[in-house]
Amino acid sequence: MTENLVPSVGVITDIRIDTPDVKTFRVVGRDGKKCFSHMPGQCAMLSIPGIGEAMFSITSSPTNNDFMEFSIKKCGCLTDWLHSAEAGQEILIRGPYGNFFPVESELKNKDLLFIAGGIGLAPLRSVINYCRDKRSDYGKIDIVYGSRSKDDLVDYGEIINEWMADGGIDVYLTIDREQEGWNGHVGFVPNYVKELGFNTDKTVLLCGPPIMIKFSLQGLIDMGFDKTQVYTTMELRMKCGVGKCGRCNIGSKYVCKDGPVFRCDELEALPDEY
Amino acid sequence: MYKIAYSEIYNLFDRIKDVITLFLPAKNDGAVSFSKYESGTRYEADALNTVRSAKDFFFPQTQNIAEFKISGKSIEILQNTEETGKFAVFGVRACDEKSFGILDRVFLSEPSDPYYNEKREKAVIITAACNYPEETCFCTAFGIDPSEPRGDVSTWVSEDFLYWKANTEKGEELTNKIADIFERCNDGEIISIKNNIKTAAEKLPFVSLNLDYWRNTGEKEIFASEKWESVYKGCLGCGTCTFVCPTCQCYDVRDFDSGKSVRKFRCWDSCMYSDFTKMAHGNPRKSQKERFRQRFMHKLKYFPENNGGIFSCVGCGRCLKSCPQSLNIIKVARSVAADD
Repeated sequence: MTENLVPSVGVITDIRIDTPDVKTFRVVGRDGKKCFSHMPGQCAMLSIPGIGEAMFSITSSPTNNDFMEFSIKKCGCLTDWLHSAEAGQEILIRGPYGNFFPVESELKNKDLLFIAGGIGLAPLRSVINYCRDKRSDYGKIDIVYGSRSKDDLVDYGEIINEWMADGGIDVYLTIDREQEGWNGHVGFVPNYVKELGFNTDKTVLLCGPPIMIKFSLQGLIDMGFDKTQVYTTMELRMKCGVGKCGRCNIGSKYVCKDGPVFRCDELEALPDEY
Repeated sequence: MYKIAYSEIYNLFDRIKDVITLFLPAKNDGAVSFSKYESGTRYEADALNTVRSAKDFFFPQTQNIAEFKISGKSIEILQNTEETGKFAVFGVRACDEKSFGILDRVFLSEPSDPYYNEKREKAVIITAACNYPEETCFCTAFGIDPSEPRGDVSTWVSEDFLYWKANTEKGEELTNKIADIFERCNDGEIISIKNNIKTAAEKLPFVSLNLDYWRNTGEKEIFASEKWESVYKGCLGCGTCTFVCPTCQCYDVRDFDSGKSVRKFRCWDSCMYSDFTKMAHGNPRKSQKERFRQRFMHKLKYFPENNGGIFSCVGCGRCLKSCPQSLNIIKVARSVAADD
């Protein structure tokens, strides 16, 4: 296999406004088909010539055979540009890159606890919908998801209308501060997970801002979970996607190729530089 | 093995040049660099290290990848089709030749890099043994023998002769095309040259560099060493060490917008630069301490960790000569490992 770093052309066919700073972009190839297949947790390099190129997790599930989706927060040059784009815009895409959540091995037949904060739901949504589509392969599913406010919950519609309507899935939402029109839980995700007090036989998939990951992991350990039960996904600056450009390493591991998915005991063995 | 009278060396270069494009160390604006050989080019036989290493041949400072034309919402891709012709490089030292094997482990590991691979396949490497290693040389600390350089062809020089030995099929092929210029000789003729080089190398000041601490200490422990707090001080973050280093291979991928089209290219980058890991939401390596630590951890710990214990340094000594603050891998390897 070779990697020549040359992308192919994709077309944005739909843009959904999820929150004040998150939009979800639907992308297909010029032939109208999915650009490539992937596994949950894998990423793709998206770029606009002259603006920039960056790695994004693929939000849609591999079980979606028609298109790919990327939930993207507006926070830099490229993402600013994408947020001002309209449907029909062509973009450049290459991938998939990285490893994936072990949905066909370690996670099979397990009870799964998803913990996400803010835009951290983007990579986990791919796994959640994969598991929903292959429901009999997995045990009970619990999802704890929190954001700054109700308006910052990414794709609230799907959470309410689809996830919460499924049997065998419990969804727990929380927001950081009281808000008019919100009757649900208020408080930070790590504390909410502790309050909910889950059985420690679950396998945990955790993603969010670094500070949330840190406190949630500590909370899980206090509750009796082992680090080998917790998977998370990392993000660092990347240029190549194949472990050669040299910038996304945490110690001897490259996030683009050895990650982005790490088990927390593996992550703990690496220098604390992320 | 073959030999040719040293006085005939320019005839040899002319013959090689007729067969294949030839590069060798020559003076350009006062500095020695690998230059295309034309009749009249003067070979700098005594220069040990070119200012920039021989990695340029396979991993050039810039490499075009593709070109994009944008009209309205649509983007056209024109893939780069530049090809490299076959070429030979004469006068590569044992250290630089060894660095190719280190770069191979990066660029040719799955998925392999087609740009690097093409240039590697097109090249014939003709090495030169180092009769007079310099005080900044410490290749033997990394198991490199300056009296036994490898490559497709190895050469040695005595007062009267240049000795030539093909090591690979590519080397044989070139040798066969110019064989009439040589006379055959016995391997025994170069034993004293090799012994002299070995003796000279043993006396160099840095060859005793001991890397046991780096071999035997975990990456997390070395990373957390308090020694980093002081050893990086003085680093200007200029990146010179990374550019002259034969094994540094970090790169950036950038766009150049000409107004008519956008050219995507890759170019050398340096982990010593402040924006190397900078993201929209922050930078995991905030100060020069972290960036400095990364460079040496990579060469002496992370790379060996991923590559069966092989260090990403060949002891060429370029960083010893070029750092404006006299910081270098010897100082770092010793200071971080020191007991005090």
